[in-house]
Amino acid sequence: MSEHVAAAEPTSAPRLLGFLVEFRDTATLFSACEKVRDSGYRNWDAHTPYPVHGLNDAMGLKPSRLPYIAFLGGVTGLGLALLMQWWMNAIDYPYLISGKPIFSLPANIPVMFELTVLLAAFGTFFGMLAVNRLPRFHHPVFTSERFARATDDTYFISLELSDPEFGAQAARELAGSLGGASVEEIWEDDDAEA
Amino acid sequence: MATERLEFPSTEVLNTADKPGQRPRLITGGLGLHDITRVVSRLSEAPAPPRGWWILFLASVGLLILLFAMIGYLIFTGVGVWGVNTPVSWGFAIVNFVFWVGIGHAGTLISAILFLFRQKWRTSINRFAEAMTIFAVMCAGIFPAIHVGRIWVVHWLFPLPNQMHLWPNFRSPLLWDVFAVGTYFTVSLLFWYMGMIPDLATFRDRAPGKIRRVIFGLLALGWRGSNRQWLNYEKAYLLLAGLATPLVLSVHSVVSFDFATSQLPGWHTSIFPPYFVAGAIFGGFAMVVTLAILARQVLGLRNIITLHHLENMAKVILATGMMVGYAYGMEFFTAWYSGNPTEAFTFVNRALGPYAWAYWIMIGCNVVAPQVFWFKKARNSIWLLFIVAMFVNVGMWFERFVIVVTSLSRDFLPSSWSYYMPTSVDLLTLLGSFGLFFTLFLLFLRYAPVVAMAEVKSVMEDVHPHAEEHEPLGDYWGDEPGAHTERERLLRANGGAQ
Repeated sequence: MSEHVAAAEPTSAPRLLGFLVEFRDTATLFSACEKVRDSGYRNWDAHTPYPVHGLNDAMGLKPSRLPYIAFLGGVTGLGLALLMQWWMNAIDYPYLISGKPIFSLPANIPVMFELTVLLAAFGTFFGMLAVNRLPRFHHPVFTSERFARATDDTYFISLELSDPEFGAQAARELAGSLGGASVEEIWEDDDAEA
Repeated sequence: MATERLEFPSTEVLNTADKPGQRPRLITGGLGLHDITRVVSRLSEAPAPPRGWWILFLASVGLLILLFAMIGYLIFTGVGVWGVNTPVSWGFAIVNFVFWVGIGHAGTLISAILFLFRQKWRTSINRFAEAMTIFAVMCAGIFPAIHVGRIWVVHWLFPLPNQMHLWPNFRSPLLWDVFAVGTYFTVSLLFWYMGMIPDLATFRDRAPGKIRRVIFGLLALGWRGSNRQWLNYEKAYLLLAGLATPLVLSVHSVVSFDFATSQLPGWHTSIFPPYFVAGAIFGGFAMVVTLAILARQVLGLRNIITLHHLENMAKVILATGMMVGYAYGMEFFTAWYSGNPTEAFTFVNRALGPYAWAYWIMIGCNVVAPQVFWFKKARNSIWLLFIVAMFVNVGMWFERFVIVVTSLSRDFLPSSWSYYMPTSVDLLTLLGSFGLFFTLFLLFLRYAPVVAMAEVKSVMEDVHPHAEEHEPLGDYWGDEPGAHTERERLLRANGGAQ
């Protein structure tokens, strides 16, 4: 953290954005997450190389809203497929084949099924990106050198300083009390290459 | 060097013991989280691929050029260059299409169905099985597109507005196929890419050079492993798995409708959808085993794709092979029980007629060969696994050949009977499609995260938050005695650190 302070001195005063606390094992991470959760701090997150079982409860997260988006996609696909087949084969260009009815539901079920799955999958995938606010190519945590190991074998908790109820000092104290292996300050306009 | 010995064990670790109440260790050799990252990233980060890769890649590209040449020849000359004629108007193109689509099914089975069943061993093999799915479906898609003859109007397959004010016939199973295969490819691609996002982020964060960091940075979409993101990500993964499961069953069912809704004896059977799906999983698993064995031996992934994984796949091959064998038998029973002389003739003709050679190759490869997997020694022998998987690959191609060609070559009117023979263009196009498949697969092995690192890490025993509560019975502690003395020795030598 010291190199960030030193690099920040010469030019315009950079803003302190938050703290990054490093953990080496999940047991400490769990207790730290529970501590932050119980402190009432809002803009914070845990970063793990893989989905850690039970961390959602330790962080007090609400269930994902994604199933609703997927369902909406599926219903759209189903309706669209039915409407398309009916309009194309029975209204716009009626086909009479082997004396079969111009429109009958059973023959249209395979395409209805496929489009239901397709649009539900689109809803799931793009909904996941939207809910997670991705793609987002720059984020303050990326300025940390240590953070590169968040996708390898190290766990982090990041505290952002946008919470009005917690000043920089309170956040600093909270970050220090979590029992992490290191605490790093995250500054705006860090000149370390992003 | 200790680390090298960790990655390339001289002997296989026997983690295949079946003990009730105990589960085998899924990752062997004492690998920790960072080791997984390192072993998997190594091939992609190496400045140059190994020589063996170049040899395989150049051979594959050669075959790929052959494929393009054959397709060009076909387009400029016409479908007369193939062996198809009346009455056998569906030849290699449809056989190859069904073969390649079937291969793809194992990837989705591993990534989606085994995920829903909480089969944690899937994490070591799901990434390249999914890649295999996508490449196989690409190979499959080529054949219906080129077999239409006038490829410049191939877009008429899709419901697009055109100058004739004409729409496709939605009551045709061939059109259902367009939607089924198109949806399958798209959903498989989304699933594959979404699964890779955390691993692409790992590559980005490890990147030694700027170009590599920018490329993987763009592909990783700014993933930062945040638990608020994981929450939605895992939900999305579950939803996609839930969507892909009925989808994969529907795709080969729809492919089988191409045959089953026709009036032709040998095709017009209600057993086709489940029979095709079982056959697809069977053939696909054989291809996964083939590729898994090559990948683990060549890329040093023996501790990640362990004997336990291979044994499980052998069991799936045995089970689905029995299902396929049952379907072969049941087809004969139905033909006899129906009392329809044409139907009965078709099946007797399959086994004893001019294509009996193809039929018995199919039976030998698909029903007889997998029976060795009743024996544990056979399931644990890498060479036997590889040989049987190759037999099944061949046998499943012949299954489609038997279905398509024998039924057509002996139709209702004996005066129009004929013997279908493929031309050299047919054979070279099939060979060329393997070039496309292996070129894409080798590029994937070279550049992409071959193993789902984040998923493997999440099933490792060391990271299980409550591991000590399970010991000694329970998750991942049931290796054969002595199998992990190497690990214990190294842990002692390193002072207990990973």
